[in-house]
Amino acid sequence: MDFQTFLQQLVNGASLGSMYALIAIGYTMVYGVLRLINFAHGDLMMVGAFMTLIISELGLPFEASVLIAIIITALVGILTDKIAYKPLRDAPKISLLITAIGISFFLENLFTVVFGGIPRAFKAPEYLTKIFHLGEVYLPISVIIIPTVTLLVLAIVLWILYKTKYGMAIRALAFDINTVRLMGINADRIIMIVFIIGSSLAAIGGIFYAISYPSIDPLMGIIVGLKAFAAAVLGGIGSVGGAVIGGFILGFTEIFVVASFPELGGYKDAFAFFFLILVLLFKPTGIMGQDLERGRF
Amino acid sequence: MFDFKRFIRNIVLILATLAFIYYAQKSMDSYNLSILMNIGIFAILALSYNLINGVAGQFSLEPNGFVAIGAYFTAILIIPPETKLDMFALVDPAPIVASAHMSFLPAVLIGGFAAMLVAMLLALPVFRVRGDYLAIVTLGFGFIIRIFAINNPEYTNGAMGLNDIPEYANFIWIGTIALITFIVMIHIIYSKYGRSMKAVRDDEDAATAMGINTFKIKTLAFMTSAFFEGVGGGLLASMLTTITPDQFSFLLTFQLLIFIVLGGLGSMSGALFASILLGWGLEKLRILDENITLFGHDFGAHPGLRMVVFSIILLLMMLYARRGVFGDRELTDIIRDYKRKKLESKK
Repeated sequence: MDFQTFLQQLVNGASLGSMYALIAIGYTMVYGVLRLINFAHGDLMMVGAFMTLIISELGLPFEASVLIAIIITALVGILTDKIAYKPLRDAPKISLLITAIGISFFLENLFTVVFGGIPRAFKAPEYLTKIFHLGEVYLPISVIIIPTVTLLVLAIVLWILYKTKYGMAIRALAFDINTVRLMGINADRIIMIVFIIGSSLAAIGGIFYAISYPSIDPLMGIIVGLKAFAAAVLGGIGSVGGAVIGGFILGFTEIFVVASFPELGGYKDAFAFFFLILVLLFKPTGIMGQDLERGRF
Repeated sequence: MFDFKRFIRNIVLILATLAFIYYAQKSMDSYNLSILMNIGIFAILALSYNLINGVAGQFSLEPNGFVAIGAYFTAILIIPPETKLDMFALVDPAPIVASAHMSFLPAVLIGGFAAMLVAMLLALPVFRVRGDYLAIVTLGFGFIIRIFAINNPEYTNGAMGLNDIPEYANFIWIGTIALITFIVMIHIIYSKYGRSMKAVRDDEDAATAMGINTFKIKTLAFMTSAFFEGVGGGLLASMLTTITPDQFSFLLTFQLLIFIVLGGLGSMSGALFASILLGWGLEKLRILDENITLFGHDFGAHPGLRMVVFSIILLLMMLYARRGVFGDRELTDIIRDYKRKKLESKK
């Protein structure tokens, strides 16, 4: 592989890794506070991408539809929590997990019924898809914008977590939900904030994904969601920084393995799970993770 | 203690079921028979899935993977070699695939044993984790199997799948094997192993403290479950006569999950009841995916609506009737408790 190709793949990997990272943050935060793998999280990414497409088809400018789509996705996230997860807070964890799978399936099939199951073309504005030259390297602008926005968003999330009262409450909730309640904090409200953050990030990730791979369908969230989850586990579930590191590792691996060994291209979707199994075998707490039974970010 | 009355009752029940299976195969029309065959296969899969998920309490999401393994092994073994040479369009079949051929029953059993072997290998990494991690790893396994099936066309004919699979599986095969599965499962849950599985489910640490080798018990449950899922897959392949990797998606697992939740996690009679009810219901709900005409207004076809209804059923079950129809008890336990209560109220 010569230097040019290397550079090109590096940027592609960073861009793919950013999307995994954005989605992985949501998994890791919800897991941190509720100890629940939110199976529906991958589908929220699909909701974000689909809503952007539908709203911009109504005639609104792209930027406005992105904003509205993020808000709608956050609402869907809150609603799933209120309707499906909240009544089961004290139920066995297995019930919560089954419910999450049910929500995931419901969203996928609802979108199939309403918008049809055929993949649709996602039209991003031209300034995002324009290709520019950097020496011999040809890059669409989006591969630069995506990692930049991701780092920005990450900075905001970390700021919320570590510098605001709400962030303190979220971190406290991850330690012990009952003590937090005794301290006079409205736990359900904090959980709602976690869902808002997680769902908005998933929506952003989904929109980025749709810009990079401009064909979207109601089932697109399954495999990306699973990979993002693998990234969260790789980084150490419960840790926001870990989720980002895991996402980037996964993104780079996928891009570089396929670039170096094209015959492995068909197995691209399986890497995440090999990683997952390896991590669970040798270091179940992941890269940044600590004791699984204790919460922290 | 040998309960002679119960022994006779069981023999009569088994013979009656066999008689019904034979009667159905001989005299029912093909539509009803196909519903019955679906129910039979769903029953095999739900019963075995219930063993690992409900009885041993290891929430896993892999049946689609094991069903796929069973289906592919059986299909490759029962398709005549000449047909295989014609069918493999992308690449020539691997020599072992091209020449392998045997009759139906050994092929189905080999499908089951292949799934069991994979389960044994898979148990090593996956049972190092519990709870939701286990769910996601096993879910990933189902995906990997599908990716392998697509990327190894010399064994599986890739995304095009296998067709012209000989249609050996009739209701006599499927019904009898479903009956055997049920009997085996009932025997397992009332055996030493079944009690150990329930102990692991209820409190793993306490079970370990009691001297139960929890890893061994989980692996046993997993392998048994995989064997029957593989067998079910083999029967499914022969019943459908075509298989493609996409048939064994997570959708299959999701359906089975609804079955065992509805019947009650851990109850074999519940799983059987749910297979019959939902196997029939799934067929009848098919109208939802077709053109809908309400009050003379044509709403058009909405593929996927059936699954929306199904996921809503699952969600409502989880919110309001988490224990399912039978809870974790068998029908006989429920009848016994009912009789006892009636006696007590008479006093």
